[in-house]
Amino acid sequence: MDLDLSDAERAFQAELRAFVREHLPAATRRKVLGGLTLEKADYVGWQQILHRRGWFPFNWPTEHGGPGWDPIQRFLFEEEMEMGGAPRLAPFGIRMVGPVIMEFGTPEQKARHLPAIVGSDVWWCQGYSEPGAGSDLAALQTRAVRQGDHYVVTGQKTWTTFAHYADWMFCLVRTDPAAKKQEGISFLLIDMKSPGITVRPIIALEGSHEINDVFLDDVLVPVGNRIAEENQGWTCAKFLLGHERIGIARVAFSKQQLARLKSIALREQKDGAPLLADPRFRARIAEVEIELLALEHAVLRILSEEKAGRPAGAEASFLKMRGTEIQQALTELQMKAVGWYGLPFVPEAMHAGWNEEPIGPDYAAPLAAAYFLTRRATIYGGSNEIQRNIIAKAVLGL
Amino acid sequence: MQFTLTEDQTLLQESALRLMREEGTLARRRERVASADGFDRRLWATYAELGWLALGLPEAHGGIAGPVEVAVVMEAMGRGLMVEPYLASVVLGGQAVAQGGSAAQQAELLPALAEGRLFLALASAEAGGRYNLAHVETTAQREGAGYRLDGSKAVVLHGASADQLVVAARTGGALRDTSGITLFLVPATAAGISRRAYATLDGQRAAEVTLAGVSVGADAVLGTVDGGLALLESVVDHGLTALSAEAVGIMAALNEATLAHIKTRKQFGRAIGEFQALQHRAVDMYVACELSRAMAYMAACKMGAPAPERAQAAAAAKVQVGRSGRLVGQEAVQLHGGMGMTDELIVGHYFKRLTMIDTLFGDTDHHLARYAQGMTG
Ligand SMILES: Cc1cc2nc3c(=O)[nH]c(=O)nc-3n(C[C@H](O)[C@H](O)[C@H](O)COP(=O)(O)OP(=O)(O)OC[C@H]3O[C@@H](n4cnc5c(N)ncnc54)[C@H](O)[C@@H]3O)c2cc1C
Repeated sequence: MDLDLSDAERAFQAELRAFVREHLPAATRRKVLGGLTLEKADYVGWQQILHRRGWFPFNWPTEHGGPGWDPIQRFLFEEEMEMGGAPRLAPFGIRMVGPVIMEFGTPEQKARHLPAIVGSDVWWCQGYSEPGAGSDLAALQTRAVRQGDHYVVTGQKTWTTFAHYADWMFCLVRTDPAAKKQEGISFLLIDMKSPGITVRPIIALEGSHEINDVFLDDVLVPVGNRIAEENQGWTCAKFLLGHERIGIARVAFSKQQLARLKSIALREQKDGAPLLADPRFRARIAEVEIELLALEHAVLRILSEEKAGRPAGAEASFLKMRGTEIQQALTELQMKAVGWYGLPFVPEAMHAGWNEEPIGPDYAAPLAAAYFLTRRATIYGGSNEIQRNIIAKAVLGL
Repeated sequence: MQFTLTEDQTLLQESALRLMREEGTLARRRERVASADGFDRRLWATYAELGWLALGLPEAHGGIAGPVEVAVVMEAMGRGLMVEPYLASVVLGGQAVAQGGSAAQQAELLPALAEGRLFLALASAEAGGRYNLAHVETTAQREGAGYRLDGSKAVVLHGASADQLVVAARTGGALRDTSGITLFLVPATAAGISRRAYATLDGQRAAEVTLAGVSVGADAVLGTVDGGLALLESVVDHGLTALSAEAVGIMAALNEATLAHIKTRKQFGRAIGEFQALQHRAVDMYVACELSRAMAYMAACKMGAPAPERAQAAAAAKVQVGRSGRLVGQEAVQLHGGMGMTDELIVGHYFKRLTMIDTLFGDTDHHLARYAQGMTG
């Protein structure tokens, strides 16, 4: 064992850091580090800058236009991005549908869709969940009926993140209602401009809009947009799930949030001294820092195994669990740190370009909203209860 | 000893809950939150008719009953997720006048308060002071027969709709000294006062208040000059107790909503409430609410006790409610799944208010430290 980076890794890290410092647009960095609302252009613009450097999609092999990094390099990349204030890379294309197409797509499908992801020409959204199918995803009922060269798709997807940005949606649909639930599902790629699609915003509890209902009413989808065989969609879904557990731990993001928490606690005062010096508050921060350290090293152990050709299975579920719980603890402490100034709610203050005098310290405005919004992290991506069920069954044999 | 509500208190509770069932819908709430004042003056008049605005005030000036009745009403208002300035005006403002006011001040203000014609607000906290009530930088300097006030006050609950502000200012001593603080009654429209109003994340209203050379007479002093901290602590303890009761109402409502949800929401072919993992969570939520209710009413009964005992009770209740509220709020959202994250469902609105109650007048950490300091042994 050796906890230190190799010289090559250190040089790589320095290169990443310098790149973010030089090339990340200042306006975007300000929004990210200030916790302000990002626009689609912030995400896409940064992806294109990374792409010109050959680093987007950072997790893809060279054969499809990625840099071909190993798991440790990818980890270092994410860390430098977060610490440098870069926006999170939307997972739907690069982590989700992209790898599914690489694994299961036809040559035509690869040629059509992968370069469009690499060039950030399309924005993808994930059409899995339905009103009646959340944790029990296989209960989904959106119907796809074959008619000649097309499927006619009717149903409702919900909680669809950034459907209002999306050009395309990858979608699980029921193609065989008579089969066992997992065996009658297919994986379709749907053009969001198809007639019959309606996107309706869902406003989150703190007032933001990221998620949507997507209604599909007799939407025609060419059969050529199906990935894998008919009724083999569950295989794609499971493959994707396995791909996702480690990324969602977001260690680098939490490190950045921890740094932010400390900087807030340093500026906040308690009885004439920085809150950061208050033994109780300091101990609370220390607790989360230790939890994060444990998570980070658990992630790195798993990534090292992966690099050595032994990828993790269901045990990686605990990374998602702990990662999201830590994200929540950090946003909670940030909110607590500002005391009374967690209360004011000035929606305009969440957007860059609002130039009235802030209420209370300028960093306070988005903190309580971020705490409320981050409650979602233990619900999506397979709720933490479901992750515990997976570990109980698949790892502990209960 | 009597650990449960009396017959009269039960009647009050029933009538309060009845009103809340009618008024406490999310649709009504949205209208109120979006209105200019951020609350419903018609409903305020109803509170006055029901006698709620007189609760806890001295009988000589139209008042009736005490902190337990206030708690009963606050618990119902928690359930109804009300946004009217009951805490700000009747509990905090009312107690300041009731406990500190001269006979003349009481005669002038309390009947108007009880009849719903007057709104008060407590301007005590300051930026940088966190939850320390003695952190008062605002000054009150002698000026002729009266005083001249300068400073600024943070997050004054319902400060913009108030007719009179109860302002903590320093007449002596240094920042954070326990002596040298005096409370003043200041007309909110006095020359030199500016108020910046805003909404809060829990659907309420607050204001930043600046005082620049505000002149008041000697008759504006509430309580004793330089001895205002003890009065302020008592007033805030009444506020903490009322907030604890409000939190109990919210927790009870969240628990009901969550139970109803997990009994009916089906995944994997059965109600998710059949999963034992969720049953145990629901049990912990139930226990958290029961303990909070016990503590909120215990604290209400202690509001007339000597200061140290009163303070310990209020702090203990706030700690219990802070912990319980955190658990119940977070779990209610979690067990609702995606639905819990939406503005469409009342669950998220309850969660936000419950979270903010922890912040108001000192969070769990603050009151734990306060309790530890006052603890015997
Ligand atoms: C902000 C946000 C963004 C999202 N984005 C997307 C997206 O882009 N695309 C998409 O397809 N979906 C998305 N989702 C949906 C998400 O995947 C679902 O919310 C999630 O799967 C949970 O489903 P549900 O909301 O129906 O809750 P339910 O499945 O009804 O669960 C309710 C509660 O019951 C628990 N529970 C359920 N089953 C069990 C069990 N067997 N044992 C113990 N506990 C159980 C759950 O953990 C949860 O606490 C998003 C959700 C959110 C909140």
